[in-house]
Amino acid sequence: MAQRTRSDRADRIRHLLETEGPAIHAQASASNARRKETYGGTDDLEELRTEARSIKEAAIDRLPELIETVREAVEENGGTVYVADDAADANAYVADVVNREAANGTDGATAAASPSVVKSKSMTTEEIELNDALEADGIDVTETDLGEWVLQIADETPSHIVGPAMHISRAEIAELFNERFDPDEPFETAEELTRFARDHLGEIITDADVGVTGANFVVADSGTIALVTNEGNARKCAVTPDTHVAVAGVEKLLPTLSDLEPFVDIIAKSATGQPISQYVTMLSPPTDSPTLDFDTPDEPITAGEGAAADGTGADGPGDQDRDFHLVLLDNGRMDMCEDDQLRETLYCIRCGACSNSCANFQSVGGHGFGGETYSGGIATGWEAGVHGQASAAEFNDLCTGCTNCVDACPVKIDIPWINTVVRDRLNRSAEAESYDFLVDGLTPDAESGGLDPGKRFFGNIGAVAKAASATAPVSNWLADAGPVRAVLERTLGIDRRRDLPTFRRQSLVDWFEGRGGADASSQRAARANSRDGSTDVDREVVLYPDVYTNYVDVDRGKAAVRALEALGVPVRVPDLPESGRAALSQGMIATADRQASRLYAALAEDLDAGRDVVVIEPSDLAAMHREYERLLPEHSFERLRDGSYELCEYVYGLLENGADPTALSTGDGAAPVAYHSHCQQRTLDLEAPTVAVLEQCGYAPATSDAECCGMAGSFGYKREYYELSLDVGERLATQVDGAETVVASGTSCGDHLETLLERDVPHPIELLAPGGPRT
Amino acid sequence: MTVDTVGRFERALEGLEVGLERVAAADASERIGTIAAEPAIGVPLPFDGVSLPASVTTEPTAAELTAARTGVTPVGFAIAEYGTVAVESTAGGAEPISLYPERHVAVVAESDIVPDLSTGFDRLADGFDAGRDSVVFATGRSATADMGDLVHGVHGPGDVHVIVLEDR
Repeated sequence: MAQRTRSDRADRIRHLLETEGPAIHAQASASNARRKETYGGTDDLEELRTEARSIKEAAIDRLPELIETVREAVEENGGTVYVADDAADANAYVADVVNREAANGTDGATAAASPSVVKSKSMTTEEIELNDALEADGIDVTETDLGEWVLQIADETPSHIVGPAMHISRAEIAELFNERFDPDEPFETAEELTRFARDHLGEIITDADVGVTGANFVVADSGTIALVTNEGNARKCAVTPDTHVAVAGVEKLLPTLSDLEPFVDIIAKSATGQPISQYVTMLSPPTDSPTLDFDTPDEPITAGEGAAADGTGADGPGDQDRDFHLVLLDNGRMDMCEDDQLRETLYCIRCGACSNSCANFQSVGGHGFGGETYSGGIATGWEAGVHGQASAAEFNDLCTGCTNCVDACPVKIDIPWINTVVRDRLNRSAEAESYDFLVDGLTPDAESGGLDPGKRFFGNIGAVAKAASATAPVSNWLADAGPVRAVLERTLGIDRRRDLPTFRRQSLVDWFEGRGGADASSQRAARANSRDGSTDVDREVVLYPDVYTNYVDVDRGKAAVRALEALGVPVRVPDLPESGRAALSQGMIATADRQASRLYAALAEDLDAGRDVVVIEPSDLAAMHREYERLLPEHSFERLRDGSYELCEYVYGLLENGADPTALSTGDGAAPVAYHSHCQQRTLDLEAPTVAVLEQCGYAPATSDAECCGMAGSFGYKREYYELSLDVGERLATQVDGAETVVASGTSCGDHLETLLERDVPHPIELLAPGGPRT
Repeated sequence: MTVDTVGRFERALEGLEVGLERVAAADASERIGTIAAEPAIGVPLPFDGVSLPASVTTEPTAAELTAARTGVTPVGFAIAEYGTVAVESTAGGAEPISLYPERHVAVVAESDIVPDLSTGFDRLADGFDAGRDSVVFATGRSATADMGDLVHGVHGPGDVHVIVLEDR
């Protein structure tokens, strides 16, 4: 990325952090907390998610067939289906419907007035910019969802898929409304603003020619559209004007009514943490509801031609005066169906849970973490699919791959993977940059040219670290020198305000060999076993020397070796290849794929020999347990996954199997410790074992619930994201600052906390290793 | 249908700040009259021996629809788990009458209260098969937080009462 672009992007993010961040954080984090609570209280949550996912998979697999099914069903009901190729096609169709209806309609507006449309909230109509198109055609458009209406008045775009005006505070809305509507008594409270909006919009709805809604789901075989809302405006838009147009992406189709059930059950839970939304409207239009003609206020509403004599309307073809159009939008979606990596995006039900659970999103909102239309983690897939990769390129880097959204997504979309894939595609489509020569020699990757030099640098961090360690301490002195930092910032985008890691001359692997290697370790473990009377644990460990542990934080590696030996387990620390995590985080999938194969090959014999692979760095373990599924043959993936453990998870297992906790450094039973787990570790459900081990060893751990440390590997080093990483990190630092001892499992989490708290933040194993923390 | 299901329904409604009253069919008309603040409009009730009180206007005009403070409608069924009532779109105007006035009084037969969403979907499917294929699951009061704080009664009713006919 060019220097200029980095600087512009940094300015933009700084601006959002100051202006929109506070309101976004307040609402998104509250929604996320409610979601977690509701998920926790839902017994069959996993079954629901699995069922919803499999229904979507099957539906997307047979979209062309479902389109024909819904066409038949809607036509049988008396409505019309139009499949629009793209935005212009959809907009022209809707404009035509509105103009025709206004010309011969009987709704409120007289022939002399402009045709008018009332709308309920719909991201799909945002995607095609329907409002602009209709207005250009002389049609008045009014949004009736209060959030959307606020945006329409403010002339802004949604900052969140579900809460579009989340970035605007009540005070700002009041100011905006006071200026625009000049009320006798200035608006102040949310209550006053809402009442005014209800009355004002209520009149516009009764006068409108056409109601336009989106659709959360479309049931193909009954021609039913489902709308999930809390305000009731979608109901009013659908029932009041006698013409209803629903605009929906083709991916909203579900085969049958019973397929709708799990989605009705889960969508509000994931979106806002409500058990169910206020209104789940399931209409098979044209409906039997009588048309409402406010031009003839004294006629009974039930007296229209279409009204059934018995007033029930059952089995009728719907009210004869009603007209319904379902516009199904392609706009790139059918191509997404054919794209093995982007297809999963089509399972998205647009609940915003990925946004709410994301630390970066909470700080900058959808105007920073979003493209032309969509926002949050899943937006990368949507934007790449419907607007093109250039739109995704604007914000894709804001996904740090932390995986918080993975457990939040109601249809189990691997959102971090979609971000990695699109990053990889963007890397490959970029022009070669002039600084390639700087990293070429250092970077033995499998990537074609054109990759951002900063990304290549971080993606090849293992090779960089090895070279830096070999030349330490000179490399460290050099790296700290002012002129060098300026060059690093200009060429690689590494912010000069960031402390760089200090590379150790002696790596963990060298240290381990220097103290006698595997043989000496066996003897130490045997001595420990003979010292205490506890059960022998007949295991053997291969400790994975991840790049950071091996070359930078060698101490936590040494502590891990000592702790395992004290528990009677012999250890090996071979020189192993990189896991591919660093490459993945930069979107270098080919490099990661090669590294995964090499690491598996290097570990295969140990796995065959029944040795346990123990990993200190959670992000490396997460690569083995998650991404390797896509990089290795199934059997290899499963063997490595089943044979590898997070360090404290492994210690927990040893203690559970009879190892003696007093062999470790123990607290007095109540020694308070603030513990920050690692994002990916939490997704793997591996926070609890560390907490349990700390408790068994006499500590009183309190866990943080901050979404992220903000550093996220290399993210916080990058100049354009430096302030954002601090903003996210401060929320964590505030939580743990009061504790005397703070420990963190992740490398970058610990580093960032050390910067923010200005004190040591070791790995939990350094607290537990015999003798406690030492250097 | 068990008493427990009604209890579950009542607890769910309590959490939604929606009132529930169990009445005998014979007393329903009077109770509805008490709850239905005037002007009130409504849809004729399909339950045996239950009629709307005279104060509730059926077949309202458009003007009466916008002026009404209360809308009384029958609902096809109710879901105890979530405190949901199923408003069916009928030619009698149940959808607009349950939506426009600030108070909605929903009348449901006790035998039509189902325990959970799953049984609710069974009922929904039966209705679809019989041509009643436009239904709103309404749970609690209309709400928004878009103006910076939670407010009830936005486009839909800010006040909801459920009358359970215990002998129907």
